[in-house]
Amino acid sequence: MIEHLPILQILVPMLTAPLCVLSRRPLVSWGLALAATWFALATSIQLLIRVLAEGTISYELGGWPPPWGIELRIDLVNVFVLLTVTAISSVVLTAAPRSLEKEIAEQRHYLFYAAYLLCMTGLLGMTATGDAFNVFVFLEISSLSSYILISMGTHRRALHAAFQYLVMGTLGGTFVLLGVGMLYMVTGTLNIVDMGARLGEVGPNRTVLVALAVIVVGTSIKLALFPLHSWLPNAYTYAPAMVTAFLAATATKVAYYVLVRFVFRVFGVELAFTALRLDAVLMPMAILAMFIASTVAIYQSDVKRMLAYSSLAQIGYMVLGLSLASVTGLTGGIVHLFNHAIMKSALFLALACVVLRIGSTKLDDLRGLGQRMPLTSAAFVGGGLGLIGVPMTAGFVSKWYLVLAALEGGFWPVSVLILLSSLLAVIYIWRVVEVIYFQSPPEGAAAVKEAPWSILVPTWILVGATFYFGISTSLTVGVASKAAALLVNGDAP
Amino acid sequence: MDPGLYNYWVVIVLMMSGLYVVIARSNLVKKLIGLNVFQVSVIMFYISMGKVDGGTAPILEDGFEIYSNPVPHVLMLTAIVVGVATLALALALVVRLYGAYGTIEEDEIAEMDDQDT
Repeated sequence: MIEHLPILQILVPMLTAPLCVLSRRPLVSWGLALAATWFALATSIQLLIRVLAEGTISYELGGWPPPWGIELRIDLVNVFVLLTVTAISSVVLTAAPRSLEKEIAEQRHYLFYAAYLLCMTGLLGMTATGDAFNVFVFLEISSLSSYILISMGTHRRALHAAFQYLVMGTLGGTFVLLGVGMLYMVTGTLNIVDMGARLGEVGPNRTVLVALAVIVVGTSIKLALFPLHSWLPNAYTYAPAMVTAFLAATATKVAYYVLVRFVFRVFGVELAFTALRLDAVLMPMAILAMFIASTVAIYQSDVKRMLAYSSLAQIGYMVLGLSLASVTGLTGGIVHLFNHAIMKSALFLALACVVLRIGSTKLDDLRGLGQRMPLTSAAFVGGGLGLIGVPMTAGFVSKWYLVLAALEGGFWPVSVLILLSSLLAVIYIWRVVEVIYFQSPPEGAAAVKEAPWSILVPTWILVGATFYFGISTSLTVGVASKAAALLVNGDAP
Repeated sequence: MDPGLYNYWVVIVLMMSGLYVVIARSNLVKKLIGLNVFQVSVIMFYISMGKVDGGTAPILEDGFEIYSNPVPHVLMLTAIVVGVATLALALALVVRLYGAYGTIEEDEIAEMDDQDT
């Protein structure tokens, strides 16, 4: 049983999804989905403990040894991503029912849970697999179900956003498929480890160069790296609140992981950064994302949309960590992956409370929210502090490592830019704080109750985690620095 | 031109025309046609790379020595399924969009979106 955990983590959510559809009852399907997600979380904790103790786990699907058979390969890097995805999925799903009642017709709730589980299956599969073609298949499983989730939003613009995401996402997925095909042509293998080893022998040629370009573009679309981000703001704004909380914290993170895995373990530092100069492309994009997206966020009148643009800026920080191509930089990137997942899902869950009680996330409608919903407002401020990167919050830790890495690499202007772009985050978070605490509620506004405990408790767990991981960094930085060393040098220290 | 590269030229032409249609057309169904052409070009790319000159299907039989590589062909079965699923979902979304907006021209939909806000 215990040796089959890597595959069970993917299979259990996948097989629970049709059970949800068969049950058709909201409460039953919620219970089933909850059991599956918490099982996956328990599994990834168990896997993390095992990987820390024994090193990389290789699971042979159907007993066929790699590189011929398909391998699930769990090492320090992806077990950390698995932990992030399962933790966020479990917490968000626990909070889901009350918010869904407001936004989705009850007879369609079971479909929501089924799509949610399938999306999670795809994300976990992309992360756990050691096979390059499997990455594409799981990518499409998660993408197709996320289009469905987004289209469930109340506003008709949700449909349009889902369609735009579908077109962009399919282009991205097909680009990844094309890149994998070119790598197969050059190496004759689909196993990621084997591919990396053989590509090192081949060296840079035109096919490898094009494969790198195509895979970077494909994953950057899924990652919403500036300037390939056009699908993200609308998708996040018009999706149901719970979907935004889930996708913002998981989908782009897994795409980041795939990019990192391909760049460092398939192409390798030598090929990607020395021979093909990937950093010269990614670093300017990352810095532009940090500044342009943060600046656009300042001018938004809808808080949900503002946070969507803020996500684009945070993706910039993660890609910046990658483009520095050093152990410290990648540590910063991977820690930020985890920290941003917690902070953003906390913020979007707080907004889910607001949607539930106020029915809108327009800045104007949030006036005086501090008096009307004190716990929700405080949670928003907590998450916002993390986003800015105030000391003692998780956001500070990851930005600290990014600044260190920039200085280490001799890019001191970049470290100044990281600090400057954080000031932009101060501005857009402050705009919201000012409105909710220092303006009186609109006249004639109906009295609102504080949000229900079922959403507030998960929100506060995530806000608490934002502060916990800002103070105690042994889990996050400890694992991420070893993972980064594994990616850059090929072995853990 | 080397006949060995003929397939790849077709792939490039199909891929670029598919991508062009996705970008240039406003009609959502035409966009999807472009998207499908784009996906099919990648399928052709895989099939072409698996072909070995003079090779037969990979079935063990006396008298046949050279086989085409079956792996890319098998992979494409999955990719075709993915393509069909994507297209089905996309068309379902187009139906819903038509119900909600009364049109499937993206520029008109975008105009209505602007008026909504």
